[in-house]
Formats: sequence, C-alpha cells, structure tokens
Amino acid sequence: MRTLFQFNGGVHPAEHKQESSTQDIACAPLPTQLIVPLQQHIGQRAKPLVQVGDSVLKGQMIGQADGATSCAVHAPTSGRVSAIGEAPVPHPSGLPDLCITITPDGAEQWVERTPLDYQSMSPTEVRKHLRDFGLAGLGGAVFPSHVKLNLGKLAKVPTLILNGAECEPWITCDDRLMRERTADIVAGAKIMQHLLNADEVLIGIEDNKPQAIAAMRAACADARFEVIAVPTLYPSGGAKQLTKILTGKEPPSGGRSSDIGVQIFNVATAYSVARAVLHGEPLISRIVTVTGNVDQPRNYEVLLGTPVKELVALASPRNDTQGYIMGGPMMGFTLPSDAVPVTKASNCLIASSPKLFPPPPPALPCIRCTQCAQACPVNLQPQDLYWFSRGREFGKAQEYNLFDCIECGCCDYVCPSHIPLVQYYRFAKGEIWAREREKQQADLARERHEFRLQRIEREKKERADKLAAKTQGSKAPSANAEADPKKAAIQAAIERAKLKRAGVMPQNVENLPVETLKEIKEIEARRAQLKQAMEKQPDTPNS
Amino acid sequence: MAFVSTPSSVSAVMLKVLFALVPAIAVYQLYFGPAILISIVLASVTAIAAEAAMLRLSGFPIKPFLLDGSALVTAWLLALSMPPLAPWWLIVLATLFAMVVAKHLYGGLGNNLFNPAMVGYAVMLISFPAHMTQWPALSTLAQAHLSFAETLQFIFSGALPDGMKLDALTMATPLDTLRTQLLLGRGVADISSMPVFGTVGGKGGELLALAYLAGGAYLLQQRLITWHIPVAFIAALALFAFGFHAYDAARYASPWFQLATGGAMLGAFFIATDPVTGATTPKGKIIFGAGIGVLVFIIRTWGGYPDGVAFAVLILNMCVPLIDAYTQPRVFGHGEKNS
Repeated sequence: MRTLFQFNGGVHPAEHKQESSTQDIACAPLPTQLIVPLQQHIGQRAKPLVQVGDSVLKGQMIGQADGATSCAVHAPTSGRVSAIGEAPVPHPSGLPDLCITITPDGAEQWVERTPLDYQSMSPTEVRKHLRDFGLAGLGGAVFPSHVKLNLGKLAKVPTLILNGAECEPWITCDDRLMRERTADIVAGAKIMQHLLNADEVLIGIEDNKPQAIAAMRAACADARFEVIAVPTLYPSGGAKQLTKILTGKEPPSGGRSSDIGVQIFNVATAYSVARAVLHGEPLISRIVTVTGNVDQPRNYEVLLGTPVKELVALASPRNDTQGYIMGGPMMGFTLPSDAVPVTKASNCLIASSPKLFPPPPPALPCIRCTQCAQACPVNLQPQDLYWFSRGREFGKAQEYNLFDCIECGCCDYVCPSHIPLVQYYRFAKGEIWAREREKQQADLARERHEFRLQRIEREKKERADKLAAKTQGSKAPSANAEADPKKAAIQAAIERAKLKRAGVMPQNVENLPVETLKEIKEIEARRAQLKQAMEKQPDTPNS
Repeated sequence: MAFVSTPSSVSAVMLKVLFALVPAIAVYQLYFGPAILISIVLASVTAIAAEAAMLRLSGFPIKPFLLDGSALVTAWLLALSMPPLAPWWLIVLATLFAMVVAKHLYGGLGNNLFNPAMVGYAVMLISFPAHMTQWPALSTLAQAHLSFAETLQFIFSGALPDGMKLDALTMATPLDTLRTQLLLGRGVADISSMPVFGTVGGKGGELLALAYLAGGAYLLQQRLITWHIPVAFIAALALFAFGFHAYDAARYASPWFQLATGGAMLGAFFIATDPVTGATTPKGKIIFGAGIGVLVFIIRTWGGYPDGVAFAVLILNMCVPLIDAYTQPRVFGHGEKNS
C-alpha cells in the first residue's frame, strides 16, 4: 500500500456525480455548423491554413501551430469552410476570437490516418507529431502536451502521473472515459512513459469512482502502472495537489513539476495521445458532461466546435434554465452566450437555474474567522490577501504569495460572509500584471529617451569639434581659438542641461497627473458602485 | 468564483456562539441569582440600539448588519464579565463604550482592533472600581436572597428590601479573597479552607467554568474556533501556575485553581477566540493564546487587579499584526521541503 500525503485544507461540496455518471457516453450528432477557434490552448494562437470556400476533410489541419507553445487545430468533420473571422468563444471575458466556421457535408470523410511507429522514432519527432495532432491538456488547462513531454536537458522524468481524480462536483467525463475506454488510456500512458523515460506511472483517482478504479486496475495489471484511490477531497485533482498526494513532493512555486521529477497529465489527454499516435486521429472531439438543470444529464463525445446550444439541447434543459456554466461549479464560469463552441477545454456544461445555484446573499465584512485559511489547499492566508487586494496594496498581496493562489474557490465556498474572494484575487493579479506591463513600457520609453539624449549630445559634440577645427583652420586670433573650445564645452553643457530639463521634466509632470487622474477616476467609479450596492442591500433579505 | 457555498453565514456563526453560552448562563443563574439575566437583557438592548444608531450614522445598511448577531455576542460576553448586581447604568455604559467606541468608531464589524467587550469591561473597571466589585454571593452562602422583582428594583433604583444590606448579597470573589488574604500573610492552603472556595476553585464558580468548557467544546466541534488559542491559553496559564505552585505552594495557588476561577475559561474559549481581534495564523494563534495565559497569571499574581483576562486580551490584541506578520505559514511549493 502506498502512503498517501495530504495537502492543507480542501472542501467537500455536494458531489452531484450520480446525475450524469450512470449512463454510458453517447455520440453527439453532427451539428449544423462547427465553429473552431484557433486558440483552444495556452500559448500562441494557431495560424489559419484554409480560406473561405475551401473544402476540408475530417481531421485535416486547418490551423498550424505558431511557435514553441502552440498546437494545431483540425476540421472536426468534412465540409466547407463557410467563414473565418471573429466569433464568440467560451471565455469569461465574452470577447470574440478568431474562429474557422465549417459547414459539414455529412460525409464524415477522413483524411488519411497513419499510425506512428513511435518506438522507432525520435522523441522530438513524436512530439512534433503530437503538436500537429493538436494535443493539449484536456483537464481544462489546455497546455500543449508536446511541451510537457519535452525532456530538455533531463535524462528522464522518473514519475509520470495520470490525473483521473476529477474532483469538481457534477463533472463525470473522466469517470466514464476511464470506465469505457480504459485500454486507450493505458496505451496513451505507455507512449507518454516512453517519451519521458519514466520509471513509474501512477494513476490517481478519487475514491468516489469505484468502477473507474476497478476498470483501470484491471487494464493496468500487466503494465505495472499503479492505480491509486485517493480520498475524495476537493481540489485533489489540482495538478500540484495530486502530485503532493501521490508523491509527497510539492512542485516548487513558480517552477515546473518536472523540476521535482514529476510530470502529470489528465487521463483524457492520455486517451487522445493514444488515438493520435496509434490511430492517426488528431484531437477533434472530446467527452463533455452535460448536466445540471436538464432532464437527461449524460456524457457525450462531442466534435470540437459544436455550438453549446446544439449540444445542451440533447439533454433537454428545463424551462427555468438561465445560463450555462462551463467547467465545474467551483472553478467554472458562466458562458457569455450559448452560441459559443465546445473547445478542447470544455469538460463540462452545467445548465444553471436560480434554484440549483442560488445567488449568494450580500457580502458582509470579513470577520477574520480563518475558515478560508483552513480550507486553502495552498496554505495561503486568504483573509490577508483579501484585505490587501481590497485596499489595493498589491505589493503586499504579492509578498503574501498572491500568485500561488490556484483560484480553486475553496475560500469562496466556506466564507460565512459570502465574500467573492477569488474575484478579489483575480482583480489584484490583473492589476499587478497591468502595472508590470506599464512599467515595462515606461522602462522602454525611458531607455529610448536616454538613448536619444545621448545621440543629441554626441551630435552636438561632433558639431562643436568640427566648428573648432574650422575656426582653427581659418587662422583666427590665437586667444580666441583657445577660448572657443572651452566656451563650446560650457555651451554644450548648458544645452545638455536644458535638454535634460526639457526632455525629462515635462514628461514627469505630464505623466504623473494623468496616472493619478486615471486612478482617481477608477476609485470614484468604484465608490459610486459601492454606494449603489449599499443602497440596494437593505431591500434584499439576509439569511 | 465558486457557484456553490456552504450554508454558513455570519449570523449562523454568532447564533452558535450565543447557543454555546447558554449552559454557562443557566449555571450562573442557578448559583448566583437572577441578576445575570437582567444584565444580559440590559446589555443586549443597549448593544442593538447602539449598533443600529451607529450603522445609521455611518451609512451602512442596517438590516443585514443588525441581523448578523455580532452585537448580541458582545453584549452577552460583556454581561457575563461584569458584576451583575451593579447599578443598571454600569452595564449600559460598558456596552455603549464597547459598541460605539471600540467597534463602530474603528469601522464596524471586522475592523475593530480591540475586543469590544473587553474594552467596555476595562474602561468600567478603571472608571468605577467600587461598582465593579459587586459580585453576587453564591446562593448557598449569601445571608439574604433577592427575588427577581427585588433584583430588578435593586439594579434600577439601588433600593434593597427593608433591613437588607448590600453586604448580605455580595461577596468577594475567590480570586479577590486569595489576593487580599495572601497580602495579610496567610498561606494558600489556609485560605482555601474559607467557605468561598470549593474543591479546586470557587464554590459554584467551578461549575461555571465547566459550563464554559462545555460551550467551548461545542464551538470546537462546530469548527467555529480552532484548538490553538484555548489550548495555548490554558496550557500557558497552567504551566506558569504549576511552576510557581511547585516552587512555593504556600504563596502560589494551584494550576487547577487558576483555571477554575475568574474569567479563565470564559476568556480561553469565548473571548480570546474572537476572530476579528485575534491572531489568524496557526502559529500566531498559539503565541496569542499563550501570551494571554501568561499575562493572566502575571496580573493575577503580581498585578493590581484580582483577575487579568481583559487586560491580557487587550495587550495581545495590540500585538496581533506583528504576530501575524512573523508567523506566516509555509505556502505550498515554497521553502525547505523542496530540494
């Protein structure tokens, strides 16, 4: 029996897995159109390879990886490219992004699929293929897999972990995948083990999924992979948390898990790696849990690019459904509209209703009860971070390790004052990033400015030298000739000082008030909002 | 932001704290007469009125804040700390000071630096020392008894039934008795044979301490407080008492006596554990609790007052920002565990 380790805190919200986990995975029918975003992964957006009107085959690359941290996107079915342009995508900002829209022809005609003989290929070549197969982490982070499978200077990464914890409530796509498509998950793990030269493969699954654990154990018997049941405790499926549970090691803050000899992938990613390498199928579909306020919750195998609207219709949303959450109820976000497509990151769609997810009562002040600190899986002091974020003491927030926050929502979940803590942390992180960018730009501007001053000075000096040479050459009175360079030097110094004043002073004077004004404006706006909220509050009942 | 949350709320937290105080109030009333009920009502009414007025003045929405229950907790703790036979205005003044100055002038719920109940108590102790000694005698020891109506009359008008003297109703507390008798040169063992003392602490007071302990156990079980502060408080007080008692048993009372008398149990489980004014890190909570325990022992033994919970708590309240700053726990992925 392997000794398991614990992380600090964690919470145990109502699981709601039963709703969608009892039925097998169904294949979602071909939608009327497929909207394929070119950015479905972390990193650089893929470069489009097709034009409007082009015919594409199922699995044909339509967007090419651009740079080291990027991966390809593919046509999920055969058909015609009907549009390329900005379209709404599943992102909390609601901002549109570049998408390729394909109208299916219904033929489902594949490109030529060639399995890879990965054992006789160099790891670099295999990774290149994985990039072109569009593989990214399917647990929700969508980090390009080929980057994580790069050994770099290391001889090996001793421990490969497959994450089948699926700790968020409501989500069951990995559970069903592990039960139904076990063999391909194990095959994918073998490929990853080969690429990482890993000694051991650990598969962590929360103990609320006994069938998945049994299925995986049976399939792993001869592969000598270890399937480990971990206690059900959110967020045990966080990559860092699962690493700690299984190995006792903590991925260093700001570092990579490979620094401690561990690499971790979602089980669905392993499955897709096997489909790609052994069957030549690029990543064009994924399992999505459709659940919540619907009559027929179920898991579907869905083509990437399928509009959410068409997918959720299969599960028959109830009348009082007022929107959809993508991801789980702890870390997910409300979709800006149901016109957005399913992407590589979409593991779950939860139809929400006021009954199912009632809005929290108005927030009260923090009473420093430290329920949040006791729940924080990263061992932060959320009450302090809240205080600093709210007071815009961003430096202090950073000092108290704001950037180690994984935004898991445990603090939100337990807060008796119902303060939306994670929102405060996101706000603080955003402000810090914005300031960092501003500072970089200001640094750049200052460098340019200083360079310009130097250049002007140099030119001035050259001119003065030339002038001095000329006057000497024209046989001017010797007394003057001696005085002139001195005078010129003094003059140059005065000019320099003037320029400095002219160049630097006004910039500061001009820039500062604008900054301050902007800040004041922001504060005023926030104050007005607060005041409005305050005036509203007395009407709303408090529980 | 999470779409789900626990059903807990500030009101629920505060109600549970009030509930945890019920056994102690029952014991108090049983052994020391109905005066405590009157002072709890007086404090509660004053606290709610003061809170409402201050919320209105500072422009906060009144309803959600009034319903949070925090004013009642302050009121009850204050009533349980003050001598209940004192004139009505003493508890009213104490509550007003606690709510207006210590809580709302610092920004209201969650923003006060000092424990409001202890501020109210300390101010009254310094301003009206004589009134602050009117502790009711244990009913079995008192020479006279007041009915509820008579108690009410006494608290509001100061008038006692004919021929009854205040001395017949009140009594020096065990801590006070120990203190004065020690100053008279008597030994601890000798003093402990006086009628006001029970098995280990004060007669009746021991049971009260047990009732606070039971309430504290409930708070721990409900995870409203963590073990750190009460355990550190009790351990530090007991350790110091044990050391000095072992050194000279005639001059220093036993650890059991220290724990069972005065505000030790009330302080350890209900007052030092006030989240707003206490330390928040696990290590910080231990330092905070232990600091209070040590100061309570020092004030009781060598200080100018028979009990020292209020001053100890207020002094440690001052140290909280420093304690928290220096006791930040190791964050995941930081520090020595990663080589």
